[in-house]
Formats: sequence, structure tokens, C-alpha cells
Amino acid sequence: MDTLSENKFLQFLLLLGIFIVLCMIIPESEGNPLWRLPPLLAGLPLMINNGVDYLMFDWLPVAVYDPDIEEYEQIPIMRQFTRGVSGFILFMIELVRELLLGGVKTIVTFTSWDWATENQWARWPALPWTVVAGGAALLGYALSGWGLAIFAGVAFSYIAVFGQWEPSMQTLSFVLIAAPVSVCLGLALGVWAYKSRIAEAILNPILNVAQIMPHFSYLIPVMVFYGIGDHAGAIATIIFATPPMVRLTLLGLKKVPAEVTEAGLMNGCSSWQLLRRVQIPTARRDILIGVNQVIMQCLAMVVIASLIGAKGLGNDLLIALNRLRVGLALEIGVCIVLIAIVLDRLSMAWANQQTDYFANQSFTERHKHLLIFLVIFCAGVVLAFLGSLVFKEGFNYFYLIPHNKGITTEPFWQAGVDWIWDTFFYSLKAFNEWLIVDVLIPIKTAYLGMPVVATFTLAMGAGFIVGGIRSALIVGGFLLFIALTEWWDRALITAYLMTIAVLISGTIGIIVGTLCAQNKLSSRFILTVCDTFQTFPSFIYLIPVMMLFGVTDTSVVIAIVVYATIPATRYTVEGLRSVPESLHDAGSMSGVNRLQRYLSIELPMSFPHMALGINQTVVFALSMVIIGALIGTDDLGQLILKSLSEKSGVGNGLVLGFCVAFIGLAIDQILRTWANQRKAALDLA
Amino acid sequence: MSTEESTTPSTQTTTSANSTQPVIRCESVYKIFGDNAKRMMRETGGVVDAGKFEEAGCIVGVNNASFEVYPGELLIIMGLSGSGKSTLLRCISRLTDATAGEIFIEGQDILTMKNKQLIELRRSKMGMVFQSFALLPHKTVLENIAFPLQVKGESTKDSIERAKQMTELVGLAGRENYFPRQLSGGQQQRVGIARSLAIEPDIWFLDEPFSALDPLIRKEMQDEFLRLQGVLSKTILFVTHDFDEALRLADRIAIMKDGVIEQLDTPANIVLNPATEYVRKFTEEVPREKVLRIDTVMDPVDPAESVSDLKVPQDALIATVAESVLNAGKPVSVVNDNGQIVGTVHATKVIKILFGSRSDNQTSDQVEQP
Repeated sequence: MDTLSENKFLQFLLLLGIFIVLCMIIPESEGNPLWRLPPLLAGLPLMINNGVDYLMFDWLPVAVYDPDIEEYEQIPIMRQFTRGVSGFILFMIELVRELLLGGVKTIVTFTSWDWATENQWARWPALPWTVVAGGAALLGYALSGWGLAIFAGVAFSYIAVFGQWEPSMQTLSFVLIAAPVSVCLGLALGVWAYKSRIAEAILNPILNVAQIMPHFSYLIPVMVFYGIGDHAGAIATIIFATPPMVRLTLLGLKKVPAEVTEAGLMNGCSSWQLLRRVQIPTARRDILIGVNQVIMQCLAMVVIASLIGAKGLGNDLLIALNRLRVGLALEIGVCIVLIAIVLDRLSMAWANQQTDYFANQSFTERHKHLLIFLVIFCAGVVLAFLGSLVFKEGFNYFYLIPHNKGITTEPFWQAGVDWIWDTFFYSLKAFNEWLIVDVLIPIKTAYLGMPVVATFTLAMGAGFIVGGIRSALIVGGFLLFIALTEWWDRALITAYLMTIAVLISGTIGIIVGTLCAQNKLSSRFILTVCDTFQTFPSFIYLIPVMMLFGVTDTSVVIAIVVYATIPATRYTVEGLRSVPESLHDAGSMSGVNRLQRYLSIELPMSFPHMALGINQTVVFALSMVIIGALIGTDDLGQLILKSLSEKSGVGNGLVLGFCVAFIGLAIDQILRTWANQRKAALDLA
Repeated sequence: MSTEESTTPSTQTTTSANSTQPVIRCESVYKIFGDNAKRMMRETGGVVDAGKFEEAGCIVGVNNASFEVYPGELLIIMGLSGSGKSTLLRCISRLTDATAGEIFIEGQDILTMKNKQLIELRRSKMGMVFQSFALLPHKTVLENIAFPLQVKGESTKDSIERAKQMTELVGLAGRENYFPRQLSGGQQQRVGIARSLAIEPDIWFLDEPFSALDPLIRKEMQDEFLRLQGVLSKTILFVTHDFDEALRLADRIAIMKDGVIEQLDTPANIVLNPATEYVRKFTEEVPREKVLRIDTVMDPVDPAESVSDLKVPQDALIATVAESVLNAGKPVSVVNDNGQIVGTVHATKVIKILFGSRSDNQTSDQVEQP
């Protein structure tokens, strides 16, 4: 008995044994609560719906003057509030959009439609694309140097030349509003959590859930409260992009050395100065990672936000994917990635700016960049004017290249896809069938064949072995919620897709990471690769796999694996590289060979970090499983997608979202507790 | 603002009227960490027994510290890690709030001060140097030094101008646009010193400023520090765990152990008359000739005695004059600042200081260790 209480491996074996026995002895039957729990929470979605309806349509009506009908109206306060927010955000987006693309809506806001129709001259002209591209390049040059200038210029030229200008600028205008709002909101909440322990205690669980909630789940309540359109997309994006910013702000502020804060105080900072000029800049590294995350999340939401009416690249990409126009989807995908990278690099460079106090600058030197921009602007306008004389076919290539009138490589990609299909059709098909018939379906059946009691035993047992009774109860609580809804089977399908992907990703990630961590150069290389891949919004991964495998579970699994391998690899490399040099030396002097060193020094030392990597892999995999619904799965994600188009989808969508989040949180609880225990045991910070 | 205007001038007048008024005065200062520290203080009636408090989940940081620091004085708080020396310093600068007691800075009670007054005090009168330098990583050397001035609201131009002067003062000219990460430890601490002096504070706090530096750099920085102090004559509170450093720099030393000040005296008195066993252990290995002045070993003038022509000043350290005293062949006269003879020093006494045993039981140890 002593060995059992000491040896966790034996405990896990015993647990597995019990689990298998439970699976064998409990028969599959409808009414048996050991097989499936009764759906006691089935009424929850309806309750949520009613609550939301009450909030929106009945709660606290206030009198509001409506200028159109020139009378006072009774409008519920919540509705009034959301209207105000919607109006403001929509106005901001339209403003930026019309600065870039031209239009009349901003002018209408300050006058009226009648006035705008009467005065046809009152149109805001679009900026020629040359000016925007030149401006982006100039900004890159001013903030960083020639490298960024060339990159930004080329990226915007690509977008224009390939005929994606209009949707790209729509997307850009949307991101340029959503990202700064998310950053400010995240920063404010992060600071609040740093200042007040109660705030932290309130925010922490919300952040945990928010970060694992599937993207789609945000859409439904947002749709109900804010309607459909660019503003709704922006609000959903802000809600989704803010949590990582809060997290990283808090993390960064907590890492500010006590002495630096004290130095700020002793230099006579007021608390605002301390925050603004000492603590936030010192926490800059983490906060910037947060900004980067926000930009990535915003672009990841581009496609998803298009489901509730955000215009731009996302919408086009969705259509292209649905029509299986892979080449077009690829080009749009590249545009999104380019915008993501340009924004990311520009924001980083902006935060790392430096002032030169020694230069004694003249007026032209000080306003150099403004003057250059004016030159670019004039040149662009002149060029656009000349273009209007040259191009007589109705559109001006130097002004705005209309949608899909640019160069396109689509036939090439389509031909490539056709060639792959022609050449590898049978082998791809065979692989596809083998994977589905011999691997995926059996595993799926096995998952669905688990009695609910066995699942609980396994999960809570693992929780108990790792973190004692507390972990077991937390894990049990999360599962209980899912089991009491009517979607337990769907959740099992989600879990099955996720498990397969995590196993494959984890294995690949740890092997690749280990190999690459062996020397400095390859480590840096693989980390750069991970950085680049992480910049791609998740659904981009669906494009190439659809090229090869069409709309099948195989595509989803492969997309998940590719996407989820990134964190597994990154954390493995980081973990292994962070093993102190002195330990390597100590190992060498003890006479270990390479394999021994890996197994007995590096692996145990970096295990906690790797466990966190696997945790991230789970989060990535879950989010991708749900996005996989876009190309057809039959799990929770599909149901969430469906509830988007239902009239009373809020309740369903939210509860389904919680189910997905709770799967993630249950696994998170076990892995994080384990990692923290190992960290404490190894005396790692 | 009105309260500040009314308090500040009144303090200045009292300071100038009575120059011996202490700049810093601590009255029974306690700092006890732990949630129920206040309750424990009440229950025990202010008698702090570290053991009893620890049982209640409290940690005693500073235990009944009372002392004064006078204008232009350099007081060193010396103690090993965990002795409460940094905590005491932070109580006085009010980076942490003392649990009990009173602390006066130039007559103002700092513990009852409003936050706004405190900020004003720090902006005008206090400078502090930190062990880990605590430079702002995102600011250049120049910006770091200018920071306290800019926080006060000085214009960029003025503050940068002043910061340039400061970089020259601490010998960092030419590195103004470096970031802290591009500097060595010694250079970073020079920036820290320059920053703390930028507002021309009257009171200068230094929290183990040289502990993170290599021994050679540390020596160099101590010299630099003495040079600066020679020019600036600030009132200084200096925390260190290095007894040699304390002896080298201090006017007076307070030795702390477990939050209690064991002894507070001049370096010479501490070496000659250690108050407790703990203090004595520190003094054992100290070369006395480097601490003691010649007048500590002089005898009264004996007119019958024939003395050498050599005269030594009474405040000279023994180490600096020992060679000439021993070479004189006769007793040597000791003179004060005005050249009057105040005593005679005999070679035997000097030899005893240089080579003699510190205490009787010490001799055997030293013989055993060749």
C-alpha cells in the first residue's frame, strides 16, 4: 500500500484499470443514469433567452426623444445603451473606412441623406492606393528603418495589385478601431486587477473562461444586443481580443521589480505618474506581447466576425472557402496575414521608439516625415490623375483597383490543386479513407461508448492523483455541467477530435522541439517559424488541407494538428533552452552522454514548461476544432454555428460555448496543477 | 498646496535657527509584517518579543529603533541579511509604513504626512540609490537622470540640461544615449547615483549601493562616493552588510541584528568597545590601525620626557603615521588643529595596535593559523 500511495505511475495504472472495468460492466441503455446523466440543465438555454429578452425589451424603460417621428419613445435602457455603443463604433469604423476608401456616410452623419443626395459634389474621395502604400512605407521607415518600410510598402502594393484593395481596407478600418479599443480596455482592466486584489479575484475566472470560449459563442449574444453589421463584428472582436491583453498587463505589472517601483516613488511620482511613466513602461515587454496578441486575435476574428456582418476580407474568404475556390482563398489569406504582420511590426516599432536630445534640428528636419508624406500624397494624386487619362476602360489602376480586377494567381493554384487531385487522387483518397474508417471512426465510437460514470472516474481520478481532492472536485464540477446538458455526446465528439490532435501535435511538437533545441541556430530558426505561423489567423490552416482532402474530418484533424503543433514545439524548445548552462556542465563532468543528459537532466528540468505547452496545445486544438465547424464537423462547434442562425440562439450558443470552455478548463486544471507542483519541486521560479 | 506652503518655511526657519537639530529623528520605530501585527502590538502593550510574534504569524522587521542623524552626517546602518536594515531605511523614506513609533524629517512628522506632502518632500529633499540600481529599462542614461526632474514638472530642455551636468559629475559623459542594459554594473550605479542627486536633495538614502558590484569596482565606487560627499556634504543614511565598507565611509555606524540596533557609535568606539558579543565578532578581524586615530593611543604630555621633533595630527589614522612614529626612535608629540601639543604617543602602544593581540583568548587561534 505504501508503494501505491507514493508512486503516481501505479496510481494512474490502477485508475486506468478501474476505468476499463467500468466501461465493460455498464451497458448502453437510455434510462440508466450510470450510462448518461439526465439532461437536468436542458432548460438553461431557455432561461438565458428569457433573461436576455427581458434585459433588452422590458427592463427599465426610459423616455427618449426620436427626431424622426418627433416624439418621445419608451425604450429599455439596455437597448438604448447598446444603440449608443453601436452607433459610436459604427461611426468610428466608417470614418476610418471612408478616409481610406472614400464615401458619403460620414458626411451624412453630420448633415442628412437628403442633403447628400441634393449635393452630389459632397463626396469624400478615396485615397489613391499609392498614397496609402507610400504612407505605410513611410511610417515603417520613421518607426524602424528601411526594412520595415520596404515590407510595408510591398505588402500594401501586393494587396492593391491583386485586386483585394477594397475588402482589405474594409478589414483594416475594422481592425484599426477594434485593436486600439481592446488594448486600452485590456490595459485599464489589467491595471485595475493589479491595484485591487478583489478586482483580480473577480476578473481571473472570467478571463479563464473567456480565453477558452469558442469564438462563435461570442457572436450570438453580441448579435442579440448589438444587431448585425461592422459594429457588431467589432464588438465581438473586442470582447474576444481583450482577455489576453488584461492577462499580460497584469503579468507584466507583477513582474516590475519592487525596487523600480520604489525608485519611482522616491523620485516623487504621484500614483498616476508611477503607473504611466514607471510601471507600465517597465512592464513593456509583456504588455507588447499583449498588443501583439490583440492584433492577432483581431485578425483571427476577421472571418468569424463576417458571420455577423463585418465587411471585408473575412466575408470574401468565407465565400471562397464555401465555393471551394482554393486559389482565391489563398490570395485572400495572404492579404490577411500581410495586414497582420505589418500592423504587428509597426506597433512593436512604435513602442520601442527613442528620442534624440542631442540633435539640434531645423524645422524641415523635425517635420521631415510630415513633409515626405505630403510629397507622397501629391505624387499619388497626380499619378491617379494621369492614370485617369491613360486607363480608359472605366477604372483607374493608379487610383483604386476594383475588386477582382487585379492580377490573380488563382488559375495557377486551381491548376495545382487539379494536378494534385489528378496525380494523387487514389493515394490521397486511400489515405483519407483509411484515416476515417480505421482510425477516426473507431476512436469516435470508443469515445461515444464510454459510460458517463467511467468518464467521471477517469477525469476526477486524474485530478485527484495530481492535485488531491480540490482538483478532483473542480474537474468534476466542470464535467458535471456538460453532462447535465443535452449535449454530452456532442461534447464527446469534440473531445475525441481534440484528443487525437493533441496526441499527434504533442508528439510532433516534443520531437521537433527536442531536435531543434540541440543547438542555438536551429532553436532560433524554429522559434522564428513558430512566431510566423502564430501570426496566421487559425482558419488560414483550413485552406491548404481543404486543397488536399476536401470537406472531411481528415481536413479538420490535419488543420488542428498543424495549428496545435506550434505551441507544443515552442514550449519544448523554450523549456529545453532554459535549462541552466551550469547544469549541463555538471552533467558533462559526471560523464553523461547526450541521451542521458536529455533524459536525466533536460527533460525533468523542462517538464513543467512542456506541460504548459501541452496545455496551450489543448487550447489551440479546441479553438480549431470549433472553427472546423466551418467545413463541416458534427460536434459542439457545428451546433454553435447552427444556433447563430436561430432566432433564440443565445441560450444554446452560450451554454454550448461554456461546454467547450469547461472541457478546456478541466484539462487546464490538471495540467497546470501538475506543472506548478513540478516547478515547486524543482525550485523554478 | 496651502498646507505645504505653510509648513515648509517654518521648518526651514527652525533648521537655520538651531543648526544642531537632527535632520532625521526616529523614536521607537517598529515595523512588524503580518496581518495581525497591529493587534499583537496592542495586546502586548508595545513590548515586542520576536519569538512570541513569530508564533502569531508576524515577522519583526524593525524592533524599537531610536536614533538621530545630524546635518552633514553619514550614518551607516550595518547588518547581515534579514537584520531589518533595509526595512528601517524604507520606514524612514516611508516606502513602507512603520507599525509604530515616530519619524521626523527636519522636524516634520513623516508618518502622519498626507500623500501629497510626501510626494512634495521626496521631490525636493530626498534622493535614494538602490542595490539593484532600479533604473528604468526603457529610458536612456540621460532620460533616467532627468526623470525625477521631469516628474516634478520641469521642462524637457531644462531637465536634460541638468542631466547632462550630472552625467559629467559621475563620469559618464559620452554615454548619455546608452540604455541601462548596455552599461556595466558600476556604470549603472553611477546612473542611479546621478539620478538620486539630480534634484539636489538634502537627505541621501543609499540602500546597499555597492553590494551588487565586483570588489575592485566597489572600491572604486566607494572612492567616488567619498569624493562626491566631499563636494556635496549631504545628510546620508547608508545601508550595507559590509563592515569594512561601513568603517571606511561612516561617521557613525548602527549595527543591527534581528531588527534591533545593537550598537550605534563611531567606528573607533565600536572597534574599541563593542557593546555586545555580536558586535565584538564583527570587530575581531578589523585591522585597528585603519580605524583608530592616533589620539586613542596617546598618553598625557610628560614634560620630563624627551620627545622627537616629529609632530603628528591627533585625527590621523594610526596606519597612516605608524611608520614615521616607529622610525622616530623617540616618543612623538600629537598636535591638534591649532598646532598645540595635546599628548605624546609611544612606539610600544603603536606596536601593540599593529601586531598585538585583540584579546587574550584570541592569541592561541592566531598562533595555530600560520
